[in-house]
Amino acid sequence: MTTSTDTTQRGSAPQPGGTRKNSLTAGQMPRWTWIAVAIGALVLAAGLTALLGGGSFSWTGWLIFAAVLYIVGMYVTTYAIENKRRATDGIWRNLVWAAFILALIPLVSVVWTVFANGLPTLLANPQLLWTDMGGVTGADDIATQNEGASLQGGFLHGLAGTLMITLMATIISVPIGLLTSIFLVEYSRGGWFSRSIVFFVDVMTGIPSIVAGLFAFAVVELFITTFIGESPRHVQMIKMGLTAAIALSVLMIPVVVRSTEEMLRVVPNELREASYALGVRKWRTIFKVVLPTAMSGIASGITLAIARVTGETAPILVTAGYAAATNWNPFSEWMTALPVFIYRQLMNPTAPAAGLPSADRAWAAALVLIVIVMLLNLAARIIAKAFAPKKTGR
Amino acid sequence: MTETATEPAKRSSLTASRGGAAGDKVFSGLALAAGVIILMVLAFVAIFLVVESLPALWPEVFSDEESIESADTFWQYVWPLMAGTLIASIIAILLATPVAVGIALYISHYAPKSVATPVGYVIDLLAAIPSVVFGAWGMTTLAGGVVPLYKWLHEYLGWIPLFGGDAGNTGRALLTSAIVLAVMILPIITSLCREIFIQTPKLHEEAALALGATRWEMIRMTVFPFARAGIISSIMLGLGRALGETMAVTLVLSPGIFSWSIITSGRNATIPSEIALNFPEAFGMRQSELIAAGLMLFIITLVVNMIARWIVNRHKEFSGAN
Repeated sequence: MTTSTDTTQRGSAPQPGGTRKNSLTAGQMPRWTWIAVAIGALVLAAGLTALLGGGSFSWTGWLIFAAVLYIVGMYVTTYAIENKRRATDGIWRNLVWAAFILALIPLVSVVWTVFANGLPTLLANPQLLWTDMGGVTGADDIATQNEGASLQGGFLHGLAGTLMITLMATIISVPIGLLTSIFLVEYSRGGWFSRSIVFFVDVMTGIPSIVAGLFAFAVVELFITTFIGESPRHVQMIKMGLTAAIALSVLMIPVVVRSTEEMLRVVPNELREASYALGVRKWRTIFKVVLPTAMSGIASGITLAIARVTGETAPILVTAGYAAATNWNPFSEWMTALPVFIYRQLMNPTAPAAGLPSADRAWAAALVLIVIVMLLNLAARIIAKAFAPKKTGR
Repeated sequence: MTETATEPAKRSSLTASRGGAAGDKVFSGLALAAGVIILMVLAFVAIFLVVESLPALWPEVFSDEESIESADTFWQYVWPLMAGTLIASIIAILLATPVAVGIALYISHYAPKSVATPVGYVIDLLAAIPSVVFGAWGMTTLAGGVVPLYKWLHEYLGWIPLFGGDAGNTGRALLTSAIVLAVMILPIITSLCREIFIQTPKLHEEAALALGATRWEMIRMTVFPFARAGIISSIMLGLGRALGETMAVTLVLSPGIFSWSIITSGRNATIPSEIALNFPEAFGMRQSELIAAGLMLFIITLVVNMIARWIVNRHKEFSGAN
């Protein structure tokens, strides 16, 4: 077994050791083949890695070699004992499993990095949640890094910004999105107009987020320079929470339209017809019958849309500026959202010479952001499950 | 109404229904207006971007200056950025597609049901992780981890121009951004492909198995032909996402001039990262340049997405992606 696995298998093929001869199982590999091949691959890979590594043993290299050897070994073994078709089947099964494991590595690593970096900081400094960066200077961070002073500042302003900007974006996009999907499902008759709306909503889904940010900036700039004034003070006004909210709305509207449209189409036509038959007006039917039936799906779709824009960085970066103090007013002054805070703390640490405190704050903020987004996603699922219309016994 | 309804009552019921009619009109008008707003927003996106980028596109005509700030002509300025964007996205697609299709197959056809459902949930949740977090991960964890790989690539495959440059010690190169992009678009492609694979008619699959096909042969004969259009369109949608992705690249890549070497840091840049890095401090001509670069990005993603949607619509009955 410790020698070449292939020859071992080939040798044992004609007399499957111990198992009863049976026409149905004849020509099949014994069940333990894959274990044998796996052990062989691991041992061989260990040898190869040690040889090629030249003294230093690389664990990653060992696992990669072992995986490749295992897949090849299984193919050869199956080819020898069974047939080519089985071998092809087996190699693809192994590749699919390999893809799955390969994808898990970075995804687990992302989550692990965030928790490992963010959780200790957040537990040690819970004040991060309710202080902002107002008054925190590079000197504070240098003191933290070099002299062990406590971590200053926090990201309350980020939380406030994210909350206000997302709220404004929701207020703008939900009515437009809802009404559009109602138009598409209830009013349009599949003419060119509704078809072009569907098409352009699809196109909107693909707008790069940074382009949405540029668009909002350009719109507000044009509006302010035309109607209010062109002085530097006015140009300064362009960057505010509302501009960011407009940018996020561009990203959010198509998501709301699509999910709501899907939900409205699921509402059975019998419900509408029953309502019409009672003489109820169309708009009242929509309000009292169609929307309540689809409510759970619509609400969960909107929650997912909110979750999506909460994590957006680029559009807010170009539209809302960057403030150190908490600003609750989205109509004036610069605002900082949580993702932008993370980005800025990583790229331009408060103290360029002492980046660790900034990185700590960024990771803690990243953890909070992930938790918020995951909670929103969970909420969407729970809403969809809990408030789903009762199934009638049909 | 009741049998004893008199003339006045009838009249009042008529007026009442007229009130309802007004409600109907108002509501359908509102719904229509919302649709119009959406079309207008998209038209405005295009118009505003064009208007704001005109000074950079034709400086002689639309601005007081002779040329743009960063280069002699706009095209000279933008082509390296476009090349960087395309290279990073294409590498990301090449890396992500096989894995994503693999996981989708794993969920739809290989994993036992008790495993497949949670894995599906997890993939959906991962699609929700904010891009800035992926960027931060790429910047701190991944960039350090890939340096030995880059050194190896440069040593043994250095004759390929892509690995020609010096690998450096930070790992903050275009290939690293491409890997981060691949990780980010993986959940998107996976969930779209899974939706389509699941829709393969059960009868086709069972017929193939009944004829003695192995599982792989069954997948090749029934699932792939059925899902081909859907796979292509989900790849295109993933490409659209990768092209426009900003934070992952901005945080990971240390930008610079265009170079074929994708393992050297301080080389290459992408349009979104160029905008994100420079827009907050830009004004005047520089701002126009960046918006014009954004317009180029918008056009590229628009074309990619339209092709994807066109494929989906052409094979509507075959696809779960629409």
